[in-house]
Amino acid sequence: MNNLFGYKKRNTWLNHTTGTSKLVGFLLLTTMGMISYDTRFLFALGLFAVILMQTAQIKYREYAVMLKLVLIFAVINLVMIAVLAPQYGTQLYGTRHVVFGSGYWSITQEQLFYEFNLLLKYLFSLPLAIILLFTTNPSEFSAGLNKIGVPYKIAYAFSITLRYIPDVQSDYHTINLAQQARGYEISKKASLKNRAKGAVQIILPLVFTSLDRIETISQAMELRRFGRQKQRSWYQEQSFSIRDVCMFIGSLIIVGIGVALLIHNGGRLYNPFK
Amino acid sequence: MTAPLIDFKHVTFKYHAQAEPTLHDLSFQIYPGEKVLIAGASGSGKTTLLRLLNGLIPQAYPGDVSGSLTLNGQDILDQSLFDLSLQAGTVLQDSDAQFVGLTVAEDIAFALENDHQPVGKIKTAVSKWAKRFGLGERLDLSPQALSGGQKQRTAMAGVLVDDGKLLLFDEPLASLDPAAGAAAMAMIDKLQTERDLTVVIIEHRIEEVLNANVDRVIVMSQGRIVANGTPTKIIQSGILSQNGLDEPLYIQLLRRAQIDITAIPRISDVKAVDVSQHKLAIEQLKQTVKRDRHLTPQLIIEDLDFSYERSQPLFKQFHTVINQGEILGIVGKNGSGKTTLSHLLTGFLTPDSGDILLDGTSVLQQSIKERADHIGYVLQNPNHMITKTTVFEEVASGLILRHVSEDEIEARVRRVLKLIDLDSMRHWPISALSFGQKKRLTIASVLVLSPEILILDEPTAGQDATHTANLLKFLSRINHNEQTTIIIITHDMHLLANFVQRTLVIVNGQLIGDTTPAELLANEQLVEMASLCTTSIYQLAARLDISHPEELNAAIVTEPVWNP
Repeated sequence: MNNLFGYKKRNTWLNHTTGTSKLVGFLLLTTMGMISYDTRFLFALGLFAVILMQTAQIKYREYAVMLKLVLIFAVINLVMIAVLAPQYGTQLYGTRHVVFGSGYWSITQEQLFYEFNLLLKYLFSLPLAIILLFTTNPSEFSAGLNKIGVPYKIAYAFSITLRYIPDVQSDYHTINLAQQARGYEISKKASLKNRAKGAVQIILPLVFTSLDRIETISQAMELRRFGRQKQRSWYQEQSFSIRDVCMFIGSLIIVGIGVALLIHNGGRLYNPFK
Repeated sequence: MTAPLIDFKHVTFKYHAQAEPTLHDLSFQIYPGEKVLIAGASGSGKTTLLRLLNGLIPQAYPGDVSGSLTLNGQDILDQSLFDLSLQAGTVLQDSDAQFVGLTVAEDIAFALENDHQPVGKIKTAVSKWAKRFGLGERLDLSPQALSGGQKQRTAMAGVLVDDGKLLLFDEPLASLDPAAGAAAMAMIDKLQTERDLTVVIIEHRIEEVLNANVDRVIVMSQGRIVANGTPTKIIQSGILSQNGLDEPLYIQLLRRAQIDITAIPRISDVKAVDVSQHKLAIEQLKQTVKRDRHLTPQLIIEDLDFSYERSQPLFKQFHTVINQGEILGIVGKNGSGKTTLSHLLTGFLTPDSGDILLDGTSVLQQSIKERADHIGYVLQNPNHMITKTTVFEEVASGLILRHVSEDEIEARVRRVLKLIDLDSMRHWPISALSFGQKKRLTIASVLVLSPEILILDEPTAGQDATHTANLLKFLSRINHNEQTTIIIITHDMHLLANFVQRTLVIVNGQLIGDTTPAELLANEQLVEMASLCTTSIYQLAARLDISHPEELNAAIVTEPVWNP
């Protein structure tokens, strides 16, 4: 199986749920989570997502790289906000409790709380995204995209990309070695400038090989009537079952709680400072 | 008389991008249930003809068509590519690129998915067709995990799932090893009889296709049909060799024995033809097989160990000696380590242990670039190697990177270009070259570094008889003039039988044979293990009970390819 994004056949209920419901659930929950700044809600959502991930039997080492990348990105983002808009928290919550520092650059409790909420948003959406990608067959994912209204030609592009990435990788590898044999030093022995020059030499043959490939693929697809009808069916699509209904209802309940909190808080913010 | 399925009347076709028509005044009919081979050298127009049949012309390749062409009585030009695909399924030459699904099951299902059929119905159809093609256990595999033959069978299942009655094959043998090719031909033959299909095969490898019991051969040359008849009639007329095609090897043998083949019935079927009264004449052709005259060791591979993954060693204590000036063939089925071995020799891969000695010195410490000065490597796909825009620049680039003086570059490049007959085209843009010319160009750009050893990966893939002959002429010239050792990785039986002096058979990292090609081909067990196929000469010899068929094979190679 093609497991570029970590999809594996696992025998869990999340695997057996259709790609469409998982996609819809993911979109509902992340949208609600992005709207809400209610710390309690975000925290609960994060906890919920982590528990879900446990039930999906996804191992830490499978997503370790992804987690680290997202954490690095989150930290950079939070630091940039602290630097570029250090008083945004104060503006948002309407109060000002200085922790240390003074004037424009002082660090306030409000700013820290605001950024904590942002961090929670990262932390809840990452497990949800991992669940979606790791438990959904790529073709079923395309099917899901198609079902929620993405035109199938665009949805299929996702599958076809996954199909040919290993081929392009191997082309790249072969061309790289062939160019080294020709005399472009790309190994660590060469200077950065020469390595960059060498790398450029790989691009031209790679583009030509890929263009050849694309021409054949598009012919092969047309010869089997891709694009003939307004809709297409999907071999990997699973049939709807009670699980999918549960997933819809579950997602809707969570969204309901989120909306209730919006109304109760009188806005997107949960404000402990008042 | 039944109505023809395909009916062409005075069809002429010109691509918009070209000044001259590619097809001239084609008229022919193909009847339901027939198996027809359309043969022709590169540039004969056979691929264009196929595109007219499946609708890629005019949809994907616009051009001007005149004359009348019908499929099932309906004008082909009035129908869309999609409509035509329901009647005529096409299996493309590149079964890897044709594989659009992420798994075997999805690829077989692809056409039905596009027809928006219910999933349950698709699953039934997929499992039925997968079983018929022996793919039932492989439904969840990705294309990367399949052999060439399995990919092609997936492609066949993927078009037959439509229940179309016409099947078009574009060079079905091109990407298969000989054993898989023979199996594919048998499969096509079986399908056609069982399901009453009409099959059109575009190929230039006549010997292998005749195994599929074709009913008729249409020979094309320079955009025209030059012959159209039963295989027997076509072979008797001798028209194949006049049009850049190789006659089956046993026919070449019979001709050499001065046998009048026009008088022999069923001459096109080596399994049925009766030539027993000519046995003596054939036996007299025997020639002793030339032994390897090269005895100076040049490259020594010593106790080499290599594995991609630690748990699965590929080479274990691999040991062999390659001699100065010899022409060595490496054969073995796909994935058995042929390409890995050449990558180890060129430094693309590093062995786990063991040594590689060139003229007594270990090369393991040298970088890829340094090693390329001694061991040149020409990849199978020329597009993987070409980086410049003109012929001269391409050949010169290796020398420029090695800081050779300008005058010397000019001299060396011109010399190599003259050797491969591209000197007059040295200022041409590479995009204007044909596939065969590109192939020669990549050989030139490796050769200009004056390596002592030249490794070629499938040099004849995708080339017809004329191009192959030119290439071999050129290779034996450099082997003779420059004393360059030539190592060829190949599946091509003709190349093996007629050009190579010594063969190494590698299966699963093991060297299971080191012999002359003639003796290899006479050894059924080795042939099977290497996923090769005996040629028709060996079949004929077996039927006539002639011993040492390799001596017969030597008879049709008597003409030295290069006369010094």
